[in-house]
Amino acid sequence: MLDISEIRQIEFDVLVIGAGGAGLCAAITATKESKKVGLVCKSLLGKAHTVMAEGGMAASLGNVDKRDHWKIHFRDTVRGGKMLNVWRMAELHARHAADRVIELEQRGAVFDRTKEGLINQRNFGGHRYPRLAHVGDRTGLEMIRTLQDYGIHQGIDIHMECTALDILKDENGKIAGVVCMYRDTGEFIIFKTKSLILATGGGGKAWEITSNSWEYTGDGYAMAYEAGAELMDLEFNQFHPTGMVWPPSVRGILVTEGVRGEGGILKNSEGTRFMFDYIPEKFKNETADTEEEAARWLAGDKDARRPPELLTRDVVARAINAEVKAGRGSIHGGAYLDIATQRSAEDIKKKLPSMYHQFKVLAELDITKEPMEVGPTCHYFMGGIRVEADTTMSTVDGLFACGECAAGMHGANRLGGNSLSDLLVFGDLAGVGASNYAKQLGAVPKFNEEDAKKIIRNATSILNRDEGENPYLLHEELQNNMQNNVGIIRTDTELQKGIQNIENLKEKNKNVKANGSSQFNPGWHEALAMRNLLITSEAVARAAYMREESRGAHTRDDFPTESEEWCQYNIITKKGEDGNMQVIKEKRKEPNAELFRIANATLEDLEAEVAEERKSQL
Amino acid sequence: MGNRKFKIYRGDNTKGELVDYNCDVTEGMVVLDAMHRIQADDANDMACRWNCKAGKCGSCSVEINGRPKLACMTRMNEYSPDETIMITPLKAFPIIKDTVTDVSWNYKQNLKIKPFSPAQNKNNTEKGLVMQQVDVERTQHFRKCIECYLCQNVCHVIRDQDAKEKFVGPRFMIRLASLEMHPMDDADRIPAIKEDHGSGMCNITRCCTEVCPEDIQITDDGIIPLKERVVDRYFDPVTMLYRKLFKK
Ligand SMILES: Cc1cc2nc3c(=O)[nH]c(=O)nc-3n(C[C@H](O)[C@H](O)[C@H](O)COP(=O)(O)OP(=O)(O)OC[C@H]3O[C@@H](n4cnc5c(N)ncnc54)[C@H](O)[C@@H]3O)c2cc1C
Ligand code: SF4
Ligand code: SF4
Ligand code: FES
Repeated sequence: MLDISEIRQIEFDVLVIGAGGAGLCAAITATKESKKVGLVCKSLLGKAHTVMAEGGMAASLGNVDKRDHWKIHFRDTVRGGKMLNVWRMAELHARHAADRVIELEQRGAVFDRTKEGLINQRNFGGHRYPRLAHVGDRTGLEMIRTLQDYGIHQGIDIHMECTALDILKDENGKIAGVVCMYRDTGEFIIFKTKSLILATGGGGKAWEITSNSWEYTGDGYAMAYEAGAELMDLEFNQFHPTGMVWPPSVRGILVTEGVRGEGGILKNSEGTRFMFDYIPEKFKNETADTEEEAARWLAGDKDARRPPELLTRDVVARAINAEVKAGRGSIHGGAYLDIATQRSAEDIKKKLPSMYHQFKVLAELDITKEPMEVGPTCHYFMGGIRVEADTTMSTVDGLFACGECAAGMHGANRLGGNSLSDLLVFGDLAGVGASNYAKQLGAVPKFNEEDAKKIIRNATSILNRDEGENPYLLHEELQNNMQNNVGIIRTDTELQKGIQNIENLKEKNKNVKANGSSQFNPGWHEALAMRNLLITSEAVARAAYMREESRGAHTRDDFPTESEEWCQYNIITKKGEDGNMQVIKEKRKEPNAELFRIANATLEDLEAEVAEERKSQL
Repeated sequence: MGNRKFKIYRGDNTKGELVDYNCDVTEGMVVLDAMHRIQADDANDMACRWNCKAGKCGSCSVEINGRPKLACMTRMNEYSPDETIMITPLKAFPIIKDTVTDVSWNYKQNLKIKPFSPAQNKNNTEKGLVMQQVDVERTQHFRKCIECYLCQNVCHVIRDQDAKEKFVGPRFMIRLASLEMHPMDDADRIPAIKEDHGSGMCNITRCCTEVCPEDIQITDDGIIPLKERVVDRYFDPVTMLYRKLFKK
């Protein structure tokens, strides 16, 4: 019989799961407030998703356009989020992003510079001004390496290639720890902790065409769900408009929005610059309506409006989808993204070096000469673990969440560049929140040993079974299902079918089997991730089925418009008493009046207000 | 492109062998795709590392037909159709399993390096550091490093077990260079570069530069300038000789 005392245990004040931008920031801040801080991640340090981010991080530094201000960043964010953002989160983010970016520079990040020698900023979809601090098109690498190189000197106890399996609580329902497994040896370990921060990122690996890596199996959502926490807004899955479409083996790999930020244009097979036909009513006043005006904008004319290629991601993704459906797609079923005719070869190589390299090697295509073929790819989860804005605590005492795995900040659609800055701002807040919670707690709560045993037994039974389902094939089946039935355009019947398929897969997964030993066994790791993928997918599909409107990244063919009524509600998913998933339509809080005013002000009024404010401060 | 033959190392540090696999290869596939296909169909428990599949994270380093490479950026059509493709783990580090090696030694080297220490002067302002693009370009060039450790793998100093403890290796020499050449860094690492980080161990063979997937000029732009800075303060025979032969 399994004896828990034989399993190694380590005790922390604050334990962080996930070493992307959010987790590293949280751990670093926690060391300033707490004595014993731990950090656990599935991959090697420095390899988390954050490393792949390309375009930049959004902050109203105002280095390129002095008119920028947190209020305008806030307005852009909530308009991009179709007003479904948690207002306070969008406010905290817009207010603090600039300070956090400057802090990152003090920790060693070397951003591209303006002529004045300050941090340079580039244009991105949905942002009124050039706002993204960046390093070429490898901003995520700069961010994660900076945090890693700084973080290792802050006394954090780091456990790499260690997978968290499930959360432990004490008899009063307080967080008490987490059961983990070292991937190299297969050894189990129990981390006891006063507070736990989840920074595990998203779940995009549930789809077939995705920009996400093997790590994105929704572990954080599933662990939080199993621990009784509420998930929110899971129906909002961002499909990035520009993933690679050819060759097939690289389908889904991201092409940064920076290409459009630097002037790239989208064309269909007839050579038409089709985005002019897809400008939503709400954005008509702020978007160029002729190619001539768009060209002036690119040349730097501050009075010209932004080209329609820089509309928010949901709009561009749907437009490409519609063009392909109408028979005007590129050879391999995407759209043409052309930077070659817009910028010099030298500029392209300088501003977008990794895109140049990526296409050269993977598609044998020279982007300084030819257009790229692009199409939508699953990219980001706006929804996630429901948290309290200022502390980032979930609905379970002692459980915190930040970064992509937390919900609320981005509403129904995220603006490009707002994720990296989200990681900095809310990672930091999580570090403070979790430390404060740990301090008032006294001793580490005593975890329930039976629960720990059950978690370990469930994990090992996958290896011990005589025969069963191949986890890789189950995963492929799920990906097919999500791609076809819970994809970018959704309908009642397909969603129902999708949910039914997930139910069937849940049954099959009860008998999943991994061959081989427990040492570095990807088949076993894949099987362990299946439960998490299934919980995540089910929450997505059920929430998508409930939300009878189209808003931001959630598009229902059978309910094609935004509904005033639905804007009042979030969809919450949580584990019911009976063990089944509960899906709840919950009324949102009334927005703060001042924030509501800013969000709904016209751009001209808000710019005038900000200018006035600045004058009076002088 | 048809069915292709592979030989992949299966085993750990003490014992293992090259195992034969076959895999159908389609247009555009990279070696990592083939490894994944083999894993899903025939070898569920075959260990391999990867994350980004686009040359950005440096996880998938292996040796392909004896050459250190990123599996995700190596196209199958680089090899002739009848060529058997052999995939083995990096040689400089202990094998954990199959193509996965224990690279923790590298993380220990990084810990020895004094981190960025921002100068507190008039260029450290409320709006951040004031630095010109031309002055940060060198540092940015080094910061492209994705920590794939391919350079570490080919450096003969690191392959030699005894010398390994005395030299941080090319990856960390360029990390040191990126800090030393940061216009707003205040720390002095020259004594440590000579004593603790072992700059004198490198004899400028340039093997590291040749394999770097990020095209970082590790030796010429990073290590040699650091060696020169050391020489300017101390005496180092290799660099003196190099200077005599090639430069001044
Ligand atoms: C190709 C690409 C380009 C992007 N470009 C941009 C951009 O330009 N700007 C922008 O703002 N955003 C961008 N994004 C989005 C952004 O990069 C991510 O949303 C963000 O990095 C997520 O950070 P995170 O810290 O929340 O999680 P991640 O960086 O994904 O880290 C998750 C961590 O959790 C760990 N983890 C997960 N599950 C477990 C478990 N069970 N046990 C232990 N550890 C676990 C992982 O190992 C990892 O360390 C991009 C995303 C992609 C994929
Ligand atoms: S040049 Fe120096 S660091 Fe590079 S491989 Fe040769 S000895 Fe090693
Ligand atoms: S310097 Fe180049 S080869 Fe060495 S670890 Fe960095 S990216 Fe890899
Ligand atoms: S998988 Fe990231 S570099 Fe190959």
